[in-house]
Amino acid sequence: MKKLYINIAVFYLSLLSLHAQPTQVASAEQDTTTYKSRKLNLEEVNFVSSYYHQNGNHSAVTGGIGTERLSDFANTIDIQLSNFSKQGRKNTYLFELGVDHYTSASSDKIDPSTISSASMQDIRIYPSLSWTSLNEQTGNSFGFTGSFSSEYDYQSVGAAFNITRLSKDKNTQFDFKAQVFLDRWSVILPVELRDEVGKGYRQGDSAPRNSFSTSFSLSQVISKRLQALLAIEPSYQHGLLATRYQRNYFTDGSVQVEDLPSARYKLPLALRLNYFLSDHYIIRTYYRYYLDNWGLRAHTAEIEVPVKFTSFVSVSPFYRFNTQRGTKYFAPYGQHSPGSEHFTSDYDLSDLHSNFIGAGFRITPPKGVLGWQRLNMLEIRYGHYVRSTDLNSNIFTLNLRFK
Amino acid sequence: MYKLPMILLVAALLIFFSCTLPSCVSVKPYQKNKLNDAEMELSARHAQKFEQSFQLYREGASGANGGKSGGGCGCN
Repeated sequence: MKKLYINIAVFYLSLLSLHAQPTQVASAEQDTTTYKSRKLNLEEVNFVSSYYHQNGNHSAVTGGIGTERLSDFANTIDIQLSNFSKQGRKNTYLFELGVDHYTSASSDKIDPSTISSASMQDIRIYPSLSWTSLNEQTGNSFGFTGSFSSEYDYQSVGAAFNITRLSKDKNTQFDFKAQVFLDRWSVILPVELRDEVGKGYRQGDSAPRNSFSTSFSLSQVISKRLQALLAIEPSYQHGLLATRYQRNYFTDGSVQVEDLPSARYKLPLALRLNYFLSDHYIIRTYYRYYLDNWGLRAHTAEIEVPVKFTSFVSVSPFYRFNTQRGTKYFAPYGQHSPGSEHFTSDYDLSDLHSNFIGAGFRITPPKGVLGWQRLNMLEIRYGHYVRSTDLNSNIFTLNLRFK
Repeated sequence: MYKLPMILLVAALLIFFSCTLPSCVSVKPYQKNKLNDAEMELSARHAQKFEQSFQLYREGASGANGGKSGGGCGCN
């Protein structure tokens, strides 16, 4: 009899719980659809670290001859936070801090008798902060960015505004960005030319270099597997655009510091096409045409084919080709005409072509990398770069994403 | 200008996409599972930022790739 009472009691309680459950589910559903946290939530943290090393024999500091050996150990960490405003818009805050440490053998040739160079060894620190306000229903957003960069002889302050508009079916997206960088650098001249009365800036002067750019891009979903992006990014630079500690040797044996026009207009146009070939292969392509008023013309093409072994593991071999017609102001060592108004022996601005080949490895296991739930993604990339002017380099990059 | 590899690359891309490119169709949100794949993002990868930086310094062209188009010395 006692057993029966217990059974009836259990049955009654289970009925009650059955009755209560739908109400709880309903209220939970209501919560997820209407409640939006106004507290700051950590969305993700990215840590990117890279080591770059190059070798070459056309240093601009020594007039187009001499070592170009350089290494750069670069690190950035970015933290993305978000919350919702009273109006229900999503605010995203992105804080990024970068620290680079680099060594440059050629910079020590500015004054070979002392280590007084701009960057024989230097550290660059560059924090930035972005805010974006997003309407999640329409996908439209706008935002602002502020940035700062500092190294031994060079400081840069930047600001940007961006806006995104989506079509109703969300298959077309338009992005606009306007940015400005107001830079200053302390002029450093080669040691033997510091006492000469030449044109332009002198040793120790503070010189401006300001950059203004706008970016317009249109993204379009073309099919269930294909999407494209068209971008155009006109920009204008003004100020000291030459690097004053780079030497130029003339046909008459004289030497002067680099001299380039104080204004530069750039116009790059780019197209991206990404195609989902199958569950295992994706094709990512990129092409850019570039022109500027210094006479430089360049074509850049890139292809990357991520191969997905599983949903969480992929390997992405890539190849990039670049070819450029150099600026009209370029001439190699000892070949500048004495009467030239502007001149440079910087091989970065010469006729050249380059090949960059490498691969990336990426894992995003559902239980986290090495079982660490918060470590959501690990990516390693390696690239080998060969330039037709006898310069080659290697770069390793590690990207860790925490969520 | 070193034209041959560039011509081959552009030609290969044009042939590939002219074969695969259908006219634009309206794709519904529930049909975007392939487009929403992380590898399909129409931007450079996070891990590419330093590659773009050294390419910006070692070549005359810059911009329209998601990387920087101004600011900073780049004089090493």
